[in-house]
Amino acid sequence: MAHEQVLIVPGRYNEIKRICEFVAAGAAEAGFDDDTIFHLELCCDEASTNIIEHAYGQEGAGNIVISYAIAEDEFTIVLRDNGQAFDPANVPPPPAISRESIPLDELANQMRIGGLGLHFIRNLMDEVTYSSDNRQGNRLVMVKKLQKDES
Amino acid sequence: MAESLIDIQVEDLKRVELVRVSGRIDSSNAAEFDRVLKEVAGRKHNVVLELSGVEYMSSAGLRAIVALWRECQKRRGDVLLANPSERVTEVLTLAGLNTVFKVFDTETAAVGNF
Repeated sequence: MAHEQVLIVPGRYNEIKRICEFVAAGAAEAGFDDDTIFHLELCCDEASTNIIEHAYGQEGAGNIVISYAIAEDEFTIVLRDNGQAFDPANVPPPPAISRESIPLDELANQMRIGGLGLHFIRNLMDEVTYSSDNRQGNRLVMVKKLQKDES
Repeated sequence: MAESLIDIQVEDLKRVELVRVSGRIDSSNAAEFDRVLKEVAGRKHNVVLELSGVEYMSSAGLRAIVALWRECQKRRGDVLLANPSERVTEVLTLAGLNTVFKVFDTETAAVGNF
């Protein structure tokens, strides 16, 4: 049976740690290892930071509602806000980087618009969907599959 | 008073600034981290960041490190990393920045490289 928890915090940077701790507790309960728990914390941190920076445009402009649900084979995290729509699909991936070729201006710009955080989310989560409407606000759904040991 | 999540110690060596960072770096304190690194870059352009005690770092922390690196590169200096924690290494790799920064096992080795 799915088990769900909800946390509502003001959209402030000093709430990020609380959001991470909330999700980490759920992820530990779901049975993820420490590395995966760190990945889930990082994704929620980056998503919450983008909400404050880009959806609300400043601290203290609205709440972040974060929930997680533990099902048999997956862990689902939902972040909701009532700020401006910020569709991750519109943000391009970061530039390719090597020691010989570092497109610094492009990289700095990407970091400014939250592109690096989104890059983390896309790489670390199994499914990411975003929706926005005037009534329900913005909703980012991130899913991580639970790997079952065969042994 | 809000608890401080990060501890930053700066040692001004002869040719290098050694910055030892520990704790948690996220959006709540990345501005403080960035401010210290800007002060450091204002004094010297060769910097060693000792990051073994960093338990958590998000892209906000990376942004400050990249800004420092950019400033030092502009002035023909460099930023070397000493003994980064597993979490720091992973975030650098995720960002594709692991090939950009030279990494040393100890702060002595990093400082000695300048």
